[in-house]
Parts: sequence; structure tokens; C-alpha cells
Amino acid sequence: MDGGRKDAGTRVRGGVHSAERHDSAHKHVTGAADYIDDMVEPVGTLHAYLGLSEAAHAEIVSIDLTAVRSAPGVVDVLTAADIPAVNDVSPVHAHDDPVFAEDKVMFWGQPVFAVIAESRLQARHAATLARIDYRPLDAAIDIDAAMAAGGDLVTKPLKLERGSVDKALAEAPNRIIGNMEIGGQDHFYLEGHIAFAIPGEDETVTIHSSTQHPSEAQTLVAQVLGVAANAISVQVRRMGGGFGGKESQPALFAAVAALAAKRLNRPVKIRPDRDDDMIATGKRHDFKVAYDVGFDDEGRILGVEGTYAARCGFSADLSGPVTDRALFHADNAYYFPHVRLKSLPLKTNTVSNTAFRGFGGPQGVVGAERIVEEIAYALGKDPLEIRKANFYGPPGRDVTPYHQTVTDSILDRLVSELEISSDYQARREAILDFNRQGGVIRKGIALTPVKFGISFTATWFNQAGALLHVYKDGSIHLNHGGTEMGQGLFTKVAQIVADCFQVDLDRIRVSATSTEKVPNTSATAASSGSDLNGMAAQNAAEQIKQRLVAFASEKWSVSAEEVTFGPGGVCVGSKTVPFDVLVAEAYMARVHLSAAGFYKTPDIHWDREAGKGRPFYYFAYGAAVSEVSIDTLTGEYRVERTDILHDVGKSLNPAIDKGQVEGGFVQGVGWLTTEELWWDDKGRLRTHAPSTYKIPLASDRPRIFNVALAEWSENKERTIRRSKAVGEPPLMLGISVLEAISMAVASVADYRECPRLDTPATPERVLMAVERLRAHGGAEA
Amino acid sequence: MTMARGEIRFLLNDREIRLGTVGAGDTLLDHLRLDQRLRGTKEGCAEGDCGACTVLVGRRAGGTIRYETVNACIRLLASVDLCHVVTVEYLRGPEGGLHAVQQAMVDHHGSQCGFCTPGVVMSLYALWMEAGCTSVEAVETALQGNLCRCTGYEPIVRAALAAGNTAPDGDFLAAERAHVLERLAAMTDGARVMVSRDESTAILPANAGDLAVILAEYKDATIVAGSTDVGLWVTKHMRDISPAIFVGHLDELKRISVEEGAVTLGAGVSYSDAAPVIAEHFSHLPEFWSRIGGWQVRNMGTVGGNIANGSPIGDTPPVLIALGAELTLRRVEGQRRILLEEYFIDYGKQDRAPDEFVEAVHIPLPAAGSLNAAYKISKRRDEDISAVCGAFSVTVEEGLVARARLAFGGMAATPKRAAGAEAALVGQAWSEASVRAAMAALADDFSPLSDWRASAEYRSRVAANLLLRFYLETTGSQPARLSA
Repeated sequence: MDGGRKDAGTRVRGGVHSAERHDSAHKHVTGAADYIDDMVEPVGTLHAYLGLSEAAHAEIVSIDLTAVRSAPGVVDVLTAADIPAVNDVSPVHAHDDPVFAEDKVMFWGQPVFAVIAESRLQARHAATLARIDYRPLDAAIDIDAAMAAGGDLVTKPLKLERGSVDKALAEAPNRIIGNMEIGGQDHFYLEGHIAFAIPGEDETVTIHSSTQHPSEAQTLVAQVLGVAANAISVQVRRMGGGFGGKESQPALFAAVAALAAKRLNRPVKIRPDRDDDMIATGKRHDFKVAYDVGFDDEGRILGVEGTYAARCGFSADLSGPVTDRALFHADNAYYFPHVRLKSLPLKTNTVSNTAFRGFGGPQGVVGAERIVEEIAYALGKDPLEIRKANFYGPPGRDVTPYHQTVTDSILDRLVSELEISSDYQARREAILDFNRQGGVIRKGIALTPVKFGISFTATWFNQAGALLHVYKDGSIHLNHGGTEMGQGLFTKVAQIVADCFQVDLDRIRVSATSTEKVPNTSATAASSGSDLNGMAAQNAAEQIKQRLVAFASEKWSVSAEEVTFGPGGVCVGSKTVPFDVLVAEAYMARVHLSAAGFYKTPDIHWDREAGKGRPFYYFAYGAAVSEVSIDTLTGEYRVERTDILHDVGKSLNPAIDKGQVEGGFVQGVGWLTTEELWWDDKGRLRTHAPSTYKIPLASDRPRIFNVALAEWSENKERTIRRSKAVGEPPLMLGISVLEAISMAVASVADYRECPRLDTPATPERVLMAVERLRAHGGAEA
Repeated sequence: MTMARGEIRFLLNDREIRLGTVGAGDTLLDHLRLDQRLRGTKEGCAEGDCGACTVLVGRRAGGTIRYETVNACIRLLASVDLCHVVTVEYLRGPEGGLHAVQQAMVDHHGSQCGFCTPGVVMSLYALWMEAGCTSVEAVETALQGNLCRCTGYEPIVRAALAAGNTAPDGDFLAAERAHVLERLAAMTDGARVMVSRDESTAILPANAGDLAVILAEYKDATIVAGSTDVGLWVTKHMRDISPAIFVGHLDELKRISVEEGAVTLGAGVSYSDAAPVIAEHFSHLPEFWSRIGGWQVRNMGTVGGNIANGSPIGDTPPVLIALGAELTLRRVEGQRRILLEEYFIDYGKQDRAPDEFVEAVHIPLPAAGSLNAAYKISKRRDEDISAVCGAFSVTVEEGLVARARLAFGGMAATPKRAAGAEAALVGQAWSEASVRAAMAALADDFSPLSDWRASAEYRSRVAANLLLRFYLETTGSQPARLSA
């Protein structure tokens, strides 16, 4: 590949492996980057607002919208009866996700109607005026209630099994049975959901949607309206954050906006208030993990049985693949010789939970790390020792519970490098000494690894398209199916194209993701954005390059091998032709300067029924060491220091990748510490705004924060420039903070008891764990 | 009756704005985004907790202009009368390019999705202009009110520290300061302002006496000081607050004095304005004070408002009650002075007549040798509402507790003293045994609620433990809490 050539002596500005800034950075800082609510509205734009249910589970006895209709500014009111075709936006076509509730409401906050008014404020006011009578039904709000009510599932569970787990557990010298509750998480993208629909002629409508999955929004809106997909255009230039929360959830807003826009033949925008956004859209699943582990006296795991019950909410949404992925990561980095894992995707009368960075994986990984802790405290060992003893290893210890062989593990090296660079052992000794003084403040330290499987487990999603135009002035227009939500995807893919043509990055303009340009795209999710779209864009660039090479070799009578793209221009035999000159000449010679690129991930397959296959193309790895202090009188804590060594293969852009690692880590820490979702006994979410739902602030960062990429790592598979996906894996590095807090808690009972700290480990949970351990025989403060 | 001005006047970046049609609940953010089409300022939460809408509001103070960050989403439009509103669109560097703070954010990869970025930039700019982004602590404090979900803040802090090295001389806003002052002075007329939209009216009294007169006339009016609470009545509960009487501009309510053994804060003194005098006279309070809201909220919110609204979880009432603070209430007929703890009657009920307003709070200086502490317990350290707030003032004479004032927030329907625990301490030795007896007595003083901030069990346990922390901190050598 030309990108690897070094003979030109210089490099293009902004090729791969360079720390380019985000392509919109200068617009972010000046406020000039347009999000959907910032776009200029055509004259006549209307605003929609949702009316939400006020019962967790109930029959709708009557709906009186008279006052809504007569409120100032109101133009129209929409209910289920107004939906022209199918009242469903289920991303998995389960027909359980109505746009508007019909005869029953399934959770507190479910959309029942929408009001369309001249201004957003008028629509919002009007929406409060509905009178809806409910006949309450029994509501199962949480996992325990769902189990007690019979354990209805929203989708088919998964079982992964290998070996003879019952025998292994029965014969194990040591065995621990336990439970862990793992809390959910709100995405808290800073830009909330929004859709803006502009009607076109015939059946067409263009929808600007803050979505990670334009093709799905297109499909579902077409289904709701009863038109073909080709009538619906969905576009998104950028999102103000997504994190999975804008994978399936935007479809409802897009559908309401499109429906109203077509009905009224006027542009319609819908943007819920933050509180309504948090109440009416799905979150990370909370889980209850029941584990049974057998192990030997050295701490080697002999067998694991686990049940992973998840609060899925009222509909399937993506709970199937999310709970599947929890099982795929229930081993984290550890070899389970005998294993049986089952998922329980439970139906509850709460908002339907959805994708969130890690997609169930983090919950599986947290469970694995709890198992490690249990073993360590039972044996009186450093949990790190247990971790190392159980890492995937050579043949015989390299097969996952889903029968994929781990061939690319770099954790032995990565963890030992981090252990040394962070001075783990000496610091742990110092902390043990500190805690022996028995003060109010206790410390803890933990090194936790992550191994994360990369690919959509729904194999067909592992495809991507790109559309590349080279204009006759030599400027390049790049478009691909991936969406930009801040992760720097547009920048990375543009770098790949710049590298292919050996042109400077500023020659390339990336345009809004559009279903009109690249069809049938997959969600920008599963960390796959760069892997898939980067390859598709490279494929498009290679096609155009081949045409240019063929043209140049014919025009200047040289062999194709003698045409190479370098930073100074295109070398054609002995002469150098500037890129734009070559392009202009090619245009005059009627060379096709546009190409659609395509990519599909090779070698992956998955048989869900059998629980066997190779669902993942490769694994990404990382590890973190965190040190914390806790206050044993209040449960307050702070992260004193974190050291991270993370594997992104050969980084496409080290600055962007480092940003993903830092940001993912802090988001993971938030999930496991201060971010608490709290429903009352009526099923109302009461932590529905930043005043009550606490994501990390700048002052919650580790006091010392050292982040490094494992620069020696290269993807063993032929991924785009041997890089690895980076979006999700770093989130799980936050587990090091949870485990460090746990160690500090354990110190009050001299580390004889596993604190079994559930998450989020709020100051309250930490204090209660301290009290519990003290009551079990630890010393008084 | 005074002639009222029928328009509000302010500078928006370099333009003078005059608006006659303004409703009581109109927000600055909606005005910027919808009327002025300045869309660099974002709405993230509409409750002053995320900072995406951060803008600067400059007001005349002591012959100059003091620029402060505010949350435009809950800052009500009428309250920017005679102020200079500066949005991200106006920010620029020496040659009209990026400002140093913006350039550093670009260079250090401080933005990812970019939605929080304009607000972050405005907060950092305000710090840069005021004190320089010279320490991690200063930057973290400036960013207490700015949420970022993408970066983990590390690159933002790096950017801030890099920008901190640039000298603020020649900054565009400093350069035009004199001119802006002149323009604001020319707009000022000392008049009462009264503006309306549809049926909704906003009134800005000419002075404190005028406020009393207006209150006598509009007994059902909503008094708006910093709008950090009232703003949410509008944006979240969609309450009609008309007629709203704005008091944040009244200089008489912004007076700070130290006399007769007490610090007196006018009811309109913001947390930020009060911070220096609080730090000077109450050595136990600076850390606590910096954990009230975020920076924007401290710039807007007032001590008087924190008291007047009667919330059981306001941060300052327990602190002030422990110190024995008093309130002055005023109306046309005159003033009266009461003990602060007597102001709080029950949940939602305070000792304030409809035509009265809180004029000032008087905080006695701590007695020599008294032991004082104030603690806030919340899920997140900064910019959170307390689950429990404990403030203690104990005087030990000859080894025995002579006086004890133990006040708690979050433990009852009002901020309240722990009578039983106080009784358990007074007359006893200042010892762990007496403190443990007081901890036990707390169980009879309070029956807290369980809610999303904390369970009753945790509140009770931690309230008691805070007494132990207080004892350990005043007697022990070991640290009894996490360092700031």
C-alpha cells in the first residue's frame, strides 16, 4: 500500500497514525458547529411535544385531549389512531414498541400522544393539559418484582455452555455462591434527542435526526408511514454525544416528526426536555448476577455457573443482543474450564433499556471481576494474583464459553508492563501499611484488565459502505455510513482516504451521513465505526486510485507499477504530476471519479442456538490501576491515581484514541460510583435530570491520571491499518476504581471478607458495606 | 407612583438591545437562541446543572464591570437589564481569530462531541480573564458547573492550563471595558422597570424601598433574586410566576458589612460575592462554600434566596443556624429581626408575610475558642444537592461543653437543630463518650425520609458519624475526612 511508503521523505498532513485534531474542533470552540436544533428552520416550522403516561402499567380507560387541542398555538394532536400504517418502532421488529400507547401503557413516561404547535413552548404547555384515565394493573418495576411475577422475558434467553460444570463445581476444593447487583446508567449525551422533518413532494420526507443509526430510523419511519424506504431520507452531520442512546431510540422522535410533517405539510421539529428525554428513553440495563464458582487453593477457576438477569423494560428493543453480550463477557479475560451461563432478559414496567457503550459487556465483566474478588478474599491473596492465574493462555486454556479460541491475548505483557510502570506492588504494600494504622481514611488499589470482543454479534451488521467523489479541481468529498457523535470517526476515516491518495487532510470534506448517499448501513456502534467505515472508504479510494493509475499508465506510457501516489504528487515513471493536475486530466479523458466502497468483516460466524462460533473478529485489551481513599464515617471517596495501558492496535489517531480511553474510563467510573437510577414505588424514575443524576465532573477525575497506549500492539487481523476498535473497551477500565474502593472497605475487616459491593458504589453503599463488614467482626472505628 | 420604564435594555455582545415585550418567565437562553438566533449557546438540561448554556453577564460594580458566568437557561431575561451579555460568538483572539482558550481547547483535543464545548470555553474564559487558569484546583472549580460526557475532562484541564500561561493584557473584553461602561451608564436611568408579554409581567424595582411598595401592591408576586430555584419553576414545572419582582440588581441588597460582632449579608449577595468575607471570618467555611452549586450557580444564587425559599436541603441554612444567624425582614411598615431557625416553620411554610421580603442575614462571628465545622454529604462532591448537611458550633469551657448548636439539613422538613443531641452534650466533657451519647440522641431528634439522594438509614447513620468526625477533627491528629 502506498500509505506505507517512506521513499518520498515527507508525509502528507493528516495521514494515518497521526494525532490530528477533531475535524470540527474549531467549530466546537466557537459555537459554529451546527447541531440539529441549531439549523436554520424554514418559515412555517412547527414544534411537536410528547404527552407521556402517568402510570407504570395500566389500561387506558379514556383520553380527553380537548384542552390540549384548544390550547394556544396548537395546530394538531396525534395519537395511535393517526398512524397511517404500523404503530411500531421496534428495532428488532418485535412489534412491541409502539410510537403511541394504544389501550395500555407499559411504563411511567410512555408516549401516549403528541401535540403540534407553532412554538415548542406552546406544544410543551399544551401537552400538560391532557386528561387520561387509567385503570392500574400490577406493575413489575425491578428485577426481583419481575422474577416474583413469574419472570416474563422480552426476548429469547441465551445459554453458553462448555465442559461439565456441575461436576467441576461439585468436586472443586473451594466453592462460593453469591449475588451481585449492577446498576444501570443514563447516557446523558449533552445534546438530547431531536428530530426535524421537512416534507417533500409525493411521499418523501427528509429527517434530520440525532441518530447513530440513520438506516434504522429510515426503515422504521417508512414502516410507520406505510411508504417505501426510498421515500425517507435520514441525515445527521453530528450528534452531541450518543453512547448507544441514539442507536434505536431516535426512531420514535423521527417517526413523530415525519408523521406530523407529512400530515400538515410543514416542517416539524421535536425535542423533548431533558427530564422527558431521560424518562422516556432507554438506558443501560441493570443486572443481577447469581454466580457459583469452584476454584483450587491457588485460586485457579475450575468451574463457573452464572445467571445474568437484566431489567429490560417493557419491550425487546436491543435487550437480546445486550444480554447476549453480557454472557460473551462474563469471562472477561479469564479461562473458565467448565462453564454454564444463562441470560434472563426480564420484562419490567419500566422504560425499555437499550444500547449503551459496552452493550451488556461491562455488566458481564463486572461480574467476572466480582468472582475474582471472591476467590482472592477467600484465599487471602492479592486479587491481581488471581487474575494472572486465570488469564487466557496457551492451547488447553484458550477457549471461551462460546467456543471461540483466543489467539491474540496480549494481557500477560500488557498487565506486567502496567504493574511495573504504575509501581503497583510497592504502592499496594504502602497501602496495606497505611490501612493497618486503622484510621478513618482507608485506601485501596486494584489492577483490573479488560478483554473485549470486537464485531457485531449479529454477523450481518458487520458491513459498511462509503461514497467517495473526486471533483475535477482535485478536492475530495467523503461520505460513509458511519455517524459522528464526537468519537472522531469522520477525522479518522478522512485520514485513511488522505493516506490512500497521499493528499493533505484538508483536501477532504466529510459530509453528513445520509441514507441517500450510502444505503443499508449498520449502526455506528459496537466500537466498529472505524473498522468498518474506514475499510469501506479505503475500498472506494482504492477503486478511484486504480482508475487513475490505469489512466496515467496509458497516458504517459508507463507500467501500472510505475504510478505511485506520494506526498509530493503522483509519480508517473520519472515525472511527478500534482494530484489535482492528474485528476483534471483524468476528467477530460472521461475517467469515472466517483466510487462506492464496501467492506464486510471476514471469518466471523455465530450459531446462537448452539452457543458456538466465532462471533468476534478479534479482541481489544487494556488494563488500569486505580488507587482510592475512602472515608469510613461517610462512605465518601476520591480517586487518587489511575494508570492505564490500553491496546488500540496500531492507532489510526493517537490523540483521538487517547481521548476515547480517558473519556471511556471516566464514564465507566461514573457508572460504577455516583450515577444512580432510582425509581419510586409507583415506577417513576426520580433521577431524571442532572440535578438528581450525577455524572462525573472535572473534580472527579483521578488526582493523577496517566494514560498510555500500548504502542507495540498491532492487530493480528487485517483490520484497517492494523488498528483496533476503541469506543467501548476503555469504559470497563473504570472497574479498577470499584475494586479499589472494595479493597479499602475490606480493610475494616482485615480483608477477611469480600465486601460484595454492589453498584453504583455511592457513598451510601460504601458506608453501608463498611458497617456490614464491621458488624461481621471487624474493628470499631 | 413612580413612572416605570417599559423596556429592558442591555448590551448583547456589541449591540444594544431594547425589549418592551418580555414575560416574567422568559429565559435568557430562549432569547439568545430563538430571538437573536445566536445558537452557539446550547441547551443541555434547562435547569442550570450542565453548563452548556454558559454565557457571561457583566454588571457594573464599583466603577468597573464584573463579568460572571451564568446559566442562560435559568437566567431570566428581565434580569439582564443594564448588563452586558457576552456569548461564545463574541469571543475572539487578538487578530479576530480564536481566543487563547479556544485555541488551547483545539490544540489539546478538549472537544469530542462539542456540545458542551461553548459552555466550557465560556467558563474557562471567565477564569482566564479573572484570575488565570493557573492551577488544577482553580480550573476544576471553574468547571464545577460544566458537564462533559465525552472527554473525561483531562484534555480540557490540560487545555486550560496551557491557556493559563497567556497574559490577559490586551484581551478584547478588557480593551473595550471603558466603552462598555459608558454605554451601560448611558442606558441607566434609576427607574422602576415594568415589562410584559401577554399577561405575564416582570417588575424591576428602582430600589429597596420601591421593592417594599411593589410587594405591598402585588402580594402574590414571585420574588426573583438569582433564579437558580425560580428558574426551574419556569423551565421544569412550567409555572406562571407573573408578576415577578426581580431583586438581583438592587445595590442596597448587595451590601456586605462587618460590625457589632456579625457579618451582615444583604439578601441579594450572591454566594460568589460573599465568598471573600465568609473566608475571612469563618475559617471552617471556605471548602463548604465552594461546594454550593457550581460556579455559575454561585454567581447567580443568593444567600437570601437560599433562605427565603424555605427548602429543607438548602446548603446555607444549617450553617447559618449553627452560627446563630438572624434575619431582617422588611415591608412598607418597617423591618423586623428574627432568629433564622425561627423562620423555618414547616415544609413549605416560613415566617414571611406575603408583602415581606428578606432584606439581610446577620451572622455572628464565632466566639473565640469555639469549635466550628460544616459538612456536606452528597453523591457527587461538587455541584450536588446535599443528602445531609451538618453544621456544628460547640464551645468548650474548662473541659465541659458550655454551648452546642448542632444544625442539620436533609434530616427533617426544615433545616433544624438537633435538640436532643445538643442536650446530651451540654455540661458534659468534650470526649468521645459524650459525642457518642449525642450520636445516639440524634435518633430521637430526626426521622429522615428515604429518597433518591439517600435512604433514611444512611442519613441517620451519616448524620451521627458527622458528629464523630467533628470530634475527631477538633481533637485528633489523624485525618478524619478526605482532603479537598
